[in-house]
Amino acid sequence: MKEYAYFPGCSLEKMAVSYHLSALETTKKLGIKLKELEDWNCCGATTYFYIDELLAYTLCARNLAIAEKTGLDIVAPCSACYKNMYFTAAHLKKDVDLAEHVNFALEEDDLHYNGGVNIKHLMEVFAQDVSAEEIKAQVTHPLEGIRVAPYYGCQIVRPQKEKEDVEQPQFFEGILSAIGATPVNYPLKMRCCGGSLIISSRTAALGMVRNLLQCAVDAQATVIATACPMCQVNLECYQQQVNQEFGTNFSFPVLYFTQLIGLAFGIPQKKLGIGKEFISIAPSLLRAGQSND
Amino acid sequence: MEKKEKIGVYVCHCGTNIAGIVNVGEVSTWAAENLKDQGVVVSRDYKFMCSSLGQELIQKDIKEQGLTRVVVAACSPHLHEATFRNACKGAGLNPYLCELVSIREQASWVHTDKVAATEKSKALISGGVSRVVYNEPLEPLYVPIHPATLVVGGGIAGIQAALEIADAGFRVYLVEREPSIGGHMAQFDKTFPTLDCSACILTPRMVQAGNHPNITLLTYSEIEKVEGYVGSFTVSIRKRARSIDESTCTGCGICWEKCPKKVVDNVFEAGMGNRKAVYVPFPQAVPKYPVIDRENCTYYIKGTCKACEKFCPTKSINFTQEDEILNVQVGNVILATGYDPFDAHRITQYGYGRLANVFTSLEFERMSNAAGPTGGNILLRDGKTTPKVVGIVHCVGSRDKNYNEYCSAICCMQSLKFAHLVHERTGAEIYNFYIDIRAPAKGYEEFYHRLLDEGTHFVRGKVAEISDAVRLPGEEGKLIIQVEDTLTATQLRVPVDMAILSVGLEPRRDAKAVAKQFGISCSADGWLIERHPKLDPVATVTEGIYIAGCVQGPKDIPASVVQGAAAAARILGKIQQKEIALEPIRASINEEQCSGCRICNNMCPFNAILFHEDKMVSEVNPALCQGCGTCVAACPAGAISGTGFSNMQILSQIEGLMLLNIKSPKETVPA
Repeated sequence: MKEYAYFPGCSLEKMAVSYHLSALETTKKLGIKLKELEDWNCCGATTYFYIDELLAYTLCARNLAIAEKTGLDIVAPCSACYKNMYFTAAHLKKDVDLAEHVNFALEEDDLHYNGGVNIKHLMEVFAQDVSAEEIKAQVTHPLEGIRVAPYYGCQIVRPQKEKEDVEQPQFFEGILSAIGATPVNYPLKMRCCGGSLIISSRTAALGMVRNLLQCAVDAQATVIATACPMCQVNLECYQQQVNQEFGTNFSFPVLYFTQLIGLAFGIPQKKLGIGKEFISIAPSLLRAGQSND
Repeated sequence: MEKKEKIGVYVCHCGTNIAGIVNVGEVSTWAAENLKDQGVVVSRDYKFMCSSLGQELIQKDIKEQGLTRVVVAACSPHLHEATFRNACKGAGLNPYLCELVSIREQASWVHTDKVAATEKSKALISGGVSRVVYNEPLEPLYVPIHPATLVVGGGIAGIQAALEIADAGFRVYLVEREPSIGGHMAQFDKTFPTLDCSACILTPRMVQAGNHPNITLLTYSEIEKVEGYVGSFTVSIRKRARSIDESTCTGCGICWEKCPKKVVDNVFEAGMGNRKAVYVPFPQAVPKYPVIDRENCTYYIKGTCKACEKFCPTKSINFTQEDEILNVQVGNVILATGYDPFDAHRITQYGYGRLANVFTSLEFERMSNAAGPTGGNILLRDGKTTPKVVGIVHCVGSRDKNYNEYCSAICCMQSLKFAHLVHERTGAEIYNFYIDIRAPAKGYEEFYHRLLDEGTHFVRGKVAEISDAVRLPGEEGKLIIQVEDTLTATQLRVPVDMAILSVGLEPRRDAKAVAKQFGISCSADGWLIERHPKLDPVATVTEGIYIAGCVQGPKDIPASVVQGAAAAARILGKIQQKEIALEPIRASINEEQCSGCRICNNMCPFNAILFHEDKMVSEVNPALCQGCGTCVAACPAGAISGTGFSNMQILSQIEGLMLLNIKSPKETVPA
């Protein structure tokens, strides 16, 4: 059984609880154990690094140090958490002076980070650590005929790992094909959702969301699949405001990729957090999932 | 010290290059006083030692004072070692008894502290003096030059080189991997900036090369093995089976007319058109004989068909023909193996291979060629629609840290040519997206201005993305080119019907292997390295191996022709001399001490060490050895010594550098 140190991050406790539930359910089916990191803290989110870099690194390094003690790879379902931890680990490796400062602070907590943790996004677990065959083997309700827009978001392949394709990766499509769905050509799949821009520049952020939604409509997708709570919120919760701002008429369902996998695995909807979304998902999708409990 | 040599020390000012930092007067006086015990009898400084007056100074001392050794403290030996050695030779002193000490590259140019640089120069000279005592008089090795030449690669550079040498009356073996010579130039439609037809100017040369009595043309052939050294290389060439009897084939074309098997031509037609399983790449191919592509031929796959054999009027089809290995003797080699175009698939955001109407430059060349797959009509991928708006993207894969950092040199002009051809044939609106326009050669800038007058749009900015994601009205069904116009600092979305990626030039995928085969080296980018980037651009560090054309770096047709001719001229000069003098700096193995462990055999980068199985000892071939010293250092028994780099020379040089020979070192070495 594969085991990972699981870093849910703040969003998955409340706002993105459906991501949390579906992540745990689907990985369980694949024989993967996500062991929640003990006494974890916030990753610093999108803002803290701009306020106090050193403290922000220390915040992330604390989680890394705890994970290092477990000897497991750390997995984050949220792209921002993943990016922050990945950046921190990379910077600590390169900058000895920074590592010394950070470890000095960690000593207060009897912790020390030696730089030996692998940081993974939850999607990497599905795309790399598990084979497509293993996923296919669990599929009881293939999502046949369901056209899914694979929305990677901007952080999942940034920073670039080795020679990874950061412009047109294909691994998300691979997962979707494995569960029987049809990944559509979604040209804006790597574009930013706006992140927290909605707070400081509402119109610009809504414009970005609009482009992403329109692109999914043009691609004749049934649903957008996301891999990050921030993307999910921006794409789903702001559709009303987009409609007001631009006179559009979007009502486009957005789900976490793990929810789609869960449906294909025949996991009951409730256990996947389905029913919590603002924009109800297409009946066709539920029919494909067939778990009408 | 047993020997008592008479040594002269000459310190050069090099104008202010050295004298600006190093106190040359002080250094010279110091050497005269402090190195007396080592044998220094005269020490002088002079403004330009390399001038004829400077050289005469040394020669005069040799003659009048009977100097037996000379130390010149000046620039790097790379620059003037030969100058001073020749000066000594002119005065009757063996040139290898002259030692050059670099106090410019190793002192004045790299230091700002004048006192320290002066002291360092003293130490360097002291090392040189200690070493020169142990220098041996050496005589150059003379080896005969075989008058035949091997030219690898039948593109325009190789053809030019072959013709020059053949016209001068010497044998050339011209080896080409593809079934025909002509190279990339044969694929092009027009050439910039004169717009003359590429085939019209190339094919006469191809025919000339094909018919020349002094050229042995070996197409569909590759180099198997190279052995030997300058003046006498033995080259094994694999002449792949064409499955055609060349002695009877007339090139009538009935075989490829009758062949039922169509194959997408990914080489000559860049995937835009088809050929048959038996084919000549293009109508003007030289030689005229076709080739049966055994991977795709129905007979070789299924065992039946033989349509070509049935219809061949001269019974020239030979399905059982086998590869031939030819061994030829040559004195010199020219590598003119050219380039590969950058693979546009690698830049995924430009959509090549994903978005139908994104084309590469080579595809466009074929499309615009009257003999090409669309008969010269510029059409979208559907084969019917003429584009109304065309975007040409410059620097694809070039000037980009993610791919190749270098400028590919030809793409600006190539893009301008494309813009002109699109304008001329379709009247479409054209956008050029460029970083800088580089049009530095004769007539190039004028061509650029001609394009400006034709109304082509020029947008200065690197294209971020080519996409089919519609955002604004008017973008439906178009490709949208997202780019920042850096002259107005505006983000643009330019909808076009066709995008042409002007891809850069890359070293051949097997350039490294070819370089290794011929004992030369590649730069980090993969281009073959010339001996000197400015003063010796077609020779390499291995004697007898020359490079010409794009194998040395990206260049246009005129530059490739120039290099082909230049390499030929260099070789003709060598052939005329009939023999060549080799630098006598060589390694030699003491047979008595050699244990036959063969460690040195594989270390030698020039394959110069052979092993005698009978005597169980290794031997250095002095004509192949380049004196690098690798084997000397590697030999566990200390059985190998390098001429000019004996242990005594090196150790005493170190002693000299440390000023151990001088009585009161504390006074002279700064704390």
